[in-house]
Amino acid sequence: MVTADLFNSLYVFILAAFIGFEVIRRVSPLLHTPLMSLTNALDAIAVVGAIILAGEHKSTLATVLGTIAIVAATSNAVGGFIITDRMLKMFKSSRTQKP
Amino acid sequence: MIPGTEYVIEITYIVAAVLFILALKWLSSPVTARRGVWAGEVGMVLAIAGTLLYRGIVDYKWIAIALVLGAIIGIPLGNVGMTAVPQRTALSHAFGALCVTLVGTAEFYLRAPNVPPFLMSVLSLEVILGGLTVTGSLMAAGKLQEILPQRPITYKGQNFVNLAMLAIAVAIAVRLVLHPEAMVLYPFMVGIALVFGVMMIVPIGGADMPTVISLLNSYAGLSAAAMGFVLNSKLLIVAGSLDGASGFILSVNMSKAMNRSFTNVLFGAFGQVQTSGAAAVEARPVHSATPEEAAAILSAANKVVIVPGYGMAVAQAQHKVRELYDLLTKKGVDVKFGIHPVAGRMPGHMNVLLAEADIPYDKLLDMEEVNADFPQTDVALVIGANDVTNPAARSDVGSPIYGMPILDVDKARTVMVIKRSMNPGFAGIDNPLYYLDNTLMLFGDAKAFVGSIVRELSGGGGHG
Repeated sequence: MVTADLFNSLYVFILAAFIGFEVIRRVSPLLHTPLMSLTNALDAIAVVGAIILAGEHKSTLATVLGTIAIVAATSNAVGGFIITDRMLKMFKSSRTQKP
Repeated sequence: MIPGTEYVIEITYIVAAVLFILALKWLSSPVTARRGVWAGEVGMVLAIAGTLLYRGIVDYKWIAIALVLGAIIGIPLGNVGMTAVPQRTALSHAFGALCVTLVGTAEFYLRAPNVPPFLMSVLSLEVILGGLTVTGSLMAAGKLQEILPQRPITYKGQNFVNLAMLAIAVAIAVRLVLHPEAMVLYPFMVGIALVFGVMMIVPIGGADMPTVISLLNSYAGLSAAAMGFVLNSKLLIVAGSLDGASGFILSVNMSKAMNRSFTNVLFGAFGQVQTSGAAAVEARPVHSATPEEAAAILSAANKVVIVPGYGMAVAQAQHKVRELYDLLTKKGVDVKFGIHPVAGRMPGHMNVLLAEADIPYDKLLDMEEVNADFPQTDVALVIGANDVTNPAARSDVGSPIYGMPILDVDKARTVMVIKRSMNPGFAGIDNPLYYLDNTLMLFGDAKAFVGSIVRELSGGGGHG
């Protein structure tokens, strides 16, 4: 049972890594800073693990660590999305820009 | 508990994973990029909402407090100035890795001493990578914010000490995999990873930050993917591998742009000034020019390429550069920007600063595009960049930057370099570009000098 899960996870990891390489290779160097801040914000999805830890109350340690982890991840998600959007808003083409 | 909630949760996760991939796909062009942020946000909210339905959750109080607190911290972190983006990014790597390390630690103590070997292996990978990323990123952020000294700090046997530390952490991990009941070892493993993170960044200088930030990005992603293995969460594996892949691609790009290997960046401090060469060249003559002369040459040109470097950002000169761009464009001069991959303190940093100054992104060319243009360029104007324009990288086998791809500004008809003084740049390497016959040195502060050129151009009342 545990091994089946592991192999499923490995498949997902390998496929996702390939998709990641192919998709990210196409991102223009122009947008490499927003790329990094966006992937960082997406990485904050780790918050789902932290939410379960903090909510399950299996031990005090788990609740405390989970709560701190939620704070860290949420600030990443919120801050990351805000700054990525702020950066992307600034990129204008000379064709669309008013003279 | 409504039956079927598990399915609802799983479906939100699947939709989130698809949206995350689309988010990065849409980032491939500035036209669709903002849609990508939107997709990411929707995916994140969906996944969090789905998780809150999980029936194992018995108490929402701490979750609610933590979510609100995180949002309160996140808002100012999302609103920092564009020059501070590199340190903000480093800080967010630290936060991401902190979350992963804490969750990994909690999982260990919940499961120990009955941790299956494979699970213990990925858990160790998760917390070692996570731990070193937490402190490493904090160090990088400190150096970028200039709270910590930017210059590399090296000592004898540094690489040996660092490698030995990592080896001990891995040895503890192996021991825990074989004997998870030896729980007392766990804090040592995390502790050593934390110390290793600090020691890893100590010898790294400011000019290497683009590579290091990318590398830490990759570690943060991989540790999150490892966490996905531990929690059996496919969504986390997907997000972690996307982040890991992105960090990896950027690190490879940055290393290539500096003609250095990963190991060279991590294990060979770069910043010592080359004392040997510097003294011999001090007396060589250079040509210099005043703002009036520079303005005259620029307005007579047909094609100008501006090469900005981190010095431009430090001097906050980008808005003056925008005025210069406007005036020259109005006079019918074709102005473009040539941007080296490692200009600035993180990948793509220069593009963001110029976009902030309202320079259209189709005028920002990367190294390959612009190098094809230099032979037909009348004036190359270098502002606050040094090593990335150094022709020694092409010709001088003995130079420490030999082989590094550079912007071939010396192939332009005239090169103008705005520079405070003749001091060598970050890498401490003398730049033969400054002594060429077609090079004019414009001595002064970047912002003030560009300002004087702008005054000359607008005051001269040109003729269309």
